[in-house]
Amino acid sequence: MSETMTGAEMVIRALQDQGVDTLFGYPGGAVLPIYDAMFHQDKVKHVLVRHEQGAVHAAEGYARSTGKPGVVLVTSGPGATNAVTGLTDALMDSIPLVCITGQVPTHLIGSDAFQEADTVGITRHCTKHNYLVKRIEDLPRVMHEAFYVAQNGRPGPVVIDVPKDIQFAMGDYARPKENQHKSYRPQTKGDISKIRAAVELMAKAKKPVFYTGGGVINAGPEASRLLRELARLTGFPVTSTLMGLGAFPASDPQWLGMLGMHGSYEANLAMHGCDVMINLGARFDDRITGRIDAFSPNSRKIHVDIDASSINKNVKVDIGIVGDCREVLADMIAVWKEMKPELNAVALNDWKRQIDVWRARKSFSFENSKEVIKPQYAIERLYELTKGRDVYVTTEVGQHQMWAAQHFHFEEPNRWMTSGGLGTMGYGLPAAVGVQLAHPDALVIDIAGEASILMNMQEMSTAAQYRLPIKIFILNNEYMGMVRQWQELLHGGRYSESYSAALPDFVKLAEAYHAKGIRCSDPAKLDDAIREMIDYPGPVIFDCLVSKEENCFPMIPSGKAHNEMILPDFKGDTKTVIDAKGRELV
Amino acid sequence: MSTHYPAATGDQRTSRHTLCVLVDNEPGVLARISGMFSGRGYNIESLTVSETEHEKHLSRITICTAGTEAVIEQIKLQLERLVPVHGVTDLTVNGDAIERELALVKVVGQGDDRVEALRLAGAFGARTLDATRTSFIFELTGASEDVDRFIRLMTEVGLSEVSRTGVAAIGRGAKPMDAR
Repeated sequence: MSETMTGAEMVIRALQDQGVDTLFGYPGGAVLPIYDAMFHQDKVKHVLVRHEQGAVHAAEGYARSTGKPGVVLVTSGPGATNAVTGLTDALMDSIPLVCITGQVPTHLIGSDAFQEADTVGITRHCTKHNYLVKRIEDLPRVMHEAFYVAQNGRPGPVVIDVPKDIQFAMGDYARPKENQHKSYRPQTKGDISKIRAAVELMAKAKKPVFYTGGGVINAGPEASRLLRELARLTGFPVTSTLMGLGAFPASDPQWLGMLGMHGSYEANLAMHGCDVMINLGARFDDRITGRIDAFSPNSRKIHVDIDASSINKNVKVDIGIVGDCREVLADMIAVWKEMKPELNAVALNDWKRQIDVWRARKSFSFENSKEVIKPQYAIERLYELTKGRDVYVTTEVGQHQMWAAQHFHFEEPNRWMTSGGLGTMGYGLPAAVGVQLAHPDALVIDIAGEASILMNMQEMSTAAQYRLPIKIFILNNEYMGMVRQWQELLHGGRYSESYSAALPDFVKLAEAYHAKGIRCSDPAKLDDAIREMIDYPGPVIFDCLVSKEENCFPMIPSGKAHNEMILPDFKGDTKTVIDAKGRELV
Repeated sequence: MSTHYPAATGDQRTSRHTLCVLVDNEPGVLARISGMFSGRGYNIESLTVSETEHEKHLSRITICTAGTEAVIEQIKLQLERLVPVHGVTDLTVNGDAIERELALVKVVGQGDDRVEALRLAGAFGARTLDATRTSFIFELTGASEDVDRFIRLMTEVGLSEVSRTGVAAIGRGAKPMDAR
């Protein structure tokens, strides 16, 4: 049964029919009819951000912490272009989003009208798919199809560009029986013969390792449960990318910690030395592989990915399985149980002992201090003092992000929101806004740096408006720390433009945003200060003054392989560890 | 050079492939395809597109591209993951496909060159679409290599302008291309 209504009303109705409860947006001329249609209903709650980039990151935080798609509404021109960084971030990290953009009326498209931008042209390469709706008849289908495309297959952002005359136009709306796209049917079920071959390879392994990624999180909590089951069945060690943290519990003895450029010694050496690698929903990113020609040279590789183009893109694998991690894991477990393989217990025990030797190197250790707060210590205390609570963590990008990944530990998926692929400074605060809206009673912490936080600081105003008790925990070392570290390692310690000069007084800034400001520089007082932050019922900016020139180790330097890490107890000259060739790299 | 990014691949053998891509005929679909090629640094040697199944709004795009085996594999996978793409067939891998191209060739000249141009056109089976006292326009349909040879010969007898359609291709036999 269809109803007659305006295009603007269709947009809101379709969101309601999709079960959307929260919409992140910012009004403007080209979306006023949609804002008007929204005014007459209360099913979809609109959250007014202070910048469109913030709207997209907030929707990402909402999506990652709930598993539901995030929804954004922005105006034409600058509204859409401001959203581009967020859309690219969501594309790189495979976050399902639907972003509705206003557009100038169809007859003005191409005329350089006020606030006109070629939104579908600009966003074609930073979305999974996008639409320009030029006929009111298409609007109901496109609205629902967008949700299907965003969530199925490898998730990603979808833009719907709606010209203003279409928002005013009258048409018939009926919810389509199926949201599906007419032809887009991503493969979710893995090829069972390949799964069998994979299990056979795993059964014979002497030095196996699970290398898991964001795909396990995206496949839903059931996938994380299945990963734990398969890990228990096999007894194999598990490492994860930055994006996959939480899929496997950090407290489990099989857990190796994160791998990659700033990953643990045991994780990276296990990857380097393994004979069978089982990649579940990760994509052999360059932060993971290091020098590609020296990457895990003696292993047979199994790669499970929902995106066929990820398989054999960077690293040639022996068995590529296209499918959803949840379905493939379920099949792997079924095949394993049916095969009841006899494992090579002697070899596996040796491998475990070898890993324990690497683990004993304690690669995340650091030299603590009584005079100054070490950033690693701050995260460690933050973790200890929030343990057992309903905690969600977001981060900005840089050293603090890596320290958070190393020293804050996760037991469950969907608890860790960070910008991995794109590395977007300014992600964490708006993401925390999105997470807190989805989980009003949870403790939501943005672990930040003093430079990143300023990139979307305006969203504190959003937090204040909606009384969101987010905690912004700034590791303030007065440097763009990762830039400074790279300048130390690669450019002879010439700290060109990486000093955070003229910083605001973060305590006063917090007060200006109707929040509480806390500053701490004394390690002895840190615990009390963190408790004060946790106990405060509103938003807090915590200015944690930390040692200024701490490097984030361990680190695989540019141009090196997994087995050539710099460890925290490195006593050589940091200014010469990377050669001229390594300097050319990112 | 040792790099944090995958090392640039050395001199691997590249080969030319002809791909057929079945897509929804919707606005921007060609931009998505060509943008994928430019965005990821792949080659397009020729590209033809036209609606082939009107009722279903399906267009068929034939792309000639060149690259290493790994690159060609990526191109196919990257094409397949575009939402409006129904299917990709690699006619070069499947083998034994028919590939044809149409060229319109303008030749300007007088005297012996003019006679020779007409004679060569006859030898190639080209049709004469237009003639004036000083010019001809020939239409030649054939494999790209035949068109290349014809054009090379025509340069010696007063070639003035060429318009080529790019390759249209189809697999032999009863089996249609795979598509979702």
